Amino acid sequence: MADRTGPPLVEMRDVSVSFGGVKAVDHVTVDLYPGEVVGLLGHNGAGKSTLIKCLSGAYRMDSGEILIDGEKVEVNNPRDARRHNIETIYQTLALADNLDAASNLFLGRELISPLGFVDDARMEAETRKIMGRLNSNFKNFKDPVKALSGGQRQSVAIARAVYFNARILIMDEPTAALGPQETRMVAELINQLKEQGIGIFLIEHDVHSVMDLCDRASVMKNGKLVGTVNVNEVTDEDILGMIILGKQPGEQNGEQNGAAPEPAPSGAEA
Amino acid sequence: MAEATASGASTGRKSIIRKLEFDTRLLGMVGAFVLVCIVFNLLTDGRFLTPRNVFNLTIQTVSVAIMATGMVFVIVTRHIDLSVGALLATCSAMMAITQTQFLPGLGIGYNTPLVAPIAIVVGLVTGAAIGAFHGWLIGYLTIPAFIVTLGGLLVWRNVAWYLTDGQTIGPLDDTFQMLGGIGGTMGETGSWIFGLICVLAACVAIWQSRRARIRHDFPVKPVWAEAVLMALAAALILGFVATLNAYEVPDRVLARSFEDRGLEMPEGYSVGYGIPYSVLILIAVAVVMTLVARRTRLGRYIFAAGGNPDAAELSGINTRMLTVKVFTIMGVLCALAALVASARLSFHSNDIGTLDELRVIAAAVIGGTALSGGIGTIYGAILGALIMQSLQSGMAMVGVDAPFQNIVVGGVLVLAVLLDIIYRKRTGDA
Repeated sequence: MADRTGPPLVEMRDVSVSFGGVKAVDHVTVDLYPGEVVGLLGHNGAGKSTLIKCLSGAYRMDSGEILIDGEKVEVNNPRDARRHNIETIYQTLALADNLDAASNLFLGRELISPLGFVDDARMEAETRKIMGRLNSNFKNFKDPVKALSGGQRQSVAIARAVYFNARILIMDEPTAALGPQETRMVAELINQLKEQGIGIFLIEHDVHSVMDLCDRASVMKNGKLVGTVNVNEVTDEDILGMIILGKQPGEQNGEQNGAAPEPAPSGAEA
Repeated sequence: MAEATASGASTGRKSIIRKLEFDTRLLGMVGAFVLVCIVFNLLTDGRFLTPRNVFNLTIQTVSVAIMATGMVFVIVTRHIDLSVGALLATCSAMMAITQTQFLPGLGIGYNTPLVAPIAIVVGLVTGAAIGAFHGWLIGYLTIPAFIVTLGGLLVWRNVAWYLTDGQTIGPLDDTFQMLGGIGGTMGETGSWIFGLICVLAACVAIWQSRRARIRHDFPVKPVWAEAVLMALAAALILGFVATLNAYEVPDRVLARSFEDRGLEMPEGYSVGYGIPYSVLILIAVAVVMTLVARRTRLGRYIFAAGGNPDAAELSGINTRMLTVKVFTIMGVLCALAALVASARLSFHSNDIGTLDELRVIAAAVIGGTALSGGIGTIYGAILGALIMQSLQSGMAMVGVDAPFQNIVVGGVLVLAVLLDIIYRKRTGDA
């Protein structure tokens, strides 16, 4: 169990994002402690990917703030996020399909030889090392990643996030395209990273993997935060109820008049 | 796999090709080029593959080939540049009026040593500035490259016209003209020395990359394969030098140059042209662009952005600035091409570079640059330019009417893209 006494590793406070009048994320607050896995759940379009893209620098938030170790930081682009040791594994993997594994792993952070050229040999060697740890079946170091299987591509994306000493790791449905064996591999990896004190935001659809892997779960619905619960204090049904009905665990009759846990000011949603 | 049906002999050949790690696409292009050469050589009773024609073919290809290397970057990043011919004209006009009007006005007279360098710098700055402006419109204002450069096609063609009042300007500075082709060559000895340096450089490069792989315990090719590669490189380079050296300066030209120096030409004296300086420019461009493409961050980002723009953006690459850089490079290369093209003609003409945009795009595409982005090589584009130029001048030598020449070239472009699509489908390399 993660130590939750100090300041959170990262806190997203009162974040809102709108797209052309539609509130994709509406005053949401989530936090994450070192060595903790927090699951982000909700239907498609609930706003979880949008929320997390503010942390990875892909989107700019309209209001709200991001605190790391209790201090306010600016994350305006992916470079800022990387500078704060925030690494992201996107659902789409965000790989350049025409490049090989090493080029993708080091994309934007290439190793440079003394003459100022990219050092492909050293990058390939480093890639072989980390792949040996993550996925020892991985052999296709020369092929462009489009020639790889779904699991191998996922390995490349994971290796990229893990290699650069991430402190905060965002995983957007990391097992969506994987077979059972590779899914197990990802689960082992998550537990391993937890032990190293890395904080992980895990966006997941599957309630069972959340129950298995996460310490806490934050559930979103229609852009609002339904609530955050300790996973070992609730059941599958409780979480499903939060996702589908937007009701708190133990609450009897679900959302009436769009009642989110906080006193939501708007009654716009019927 | 289709290979399963191949006969024993051809699988044997394939495994040799695999050992040498040749690009099959490159082999296809070389095959097409050789075929074009042989067919025209037969049709012209051996006049196509004479030293004289190879020399002419080479210097005619340089201008388009220089621009084609830049077009590779443009197309790889999923853009297009329709304005290169017009940009060439503007750069050429700027260089021409710099040496004939602007510099003499400052007291730097015609044919003095400063003229050529200043004119060239003016041309390069013009190209870079216009290219960067295009890149800014495309990258930061997000106007599609097709529209920006279609507008640019009209704008820069007519800026050139306005600058020169539509007049032909020349003759250009003598030193400047040396960079055009036949006006400036290295001579036989210089060419041999240069050829040997190139052979040495090629061998060292092959050896170095092998050593780097061994150092990291990566699999390497067998030694004989490396040796074959080196021998092949040496044969190609020295063969090229020998051919250009075999093209001899005509007697009357020699006699005149002896007369100019007040000397009598010795009986039976002959001298070959050797490698033109313009070809040195192309070689330098090819080497630098290949290094940029393969060994620099800029090149890596160009290919990453072409393969998956979102991934590039999420990796922290500033893709807008990248677009500006790519088009700036294109602009500089247009200026270099303008230098070579106007120096070869020895004057600036109002229609210089007309339709070059099509030749350049065709060269890049025939050379294997995928219009969907992310894939392309510098050597491919140069080979593409060479194939295009061979077709064109071969047809001219055979006596094909001008309209048919253009019809064939247009048809070949479409056919090349079709073959490329089929090839990619076959190799699953979409």
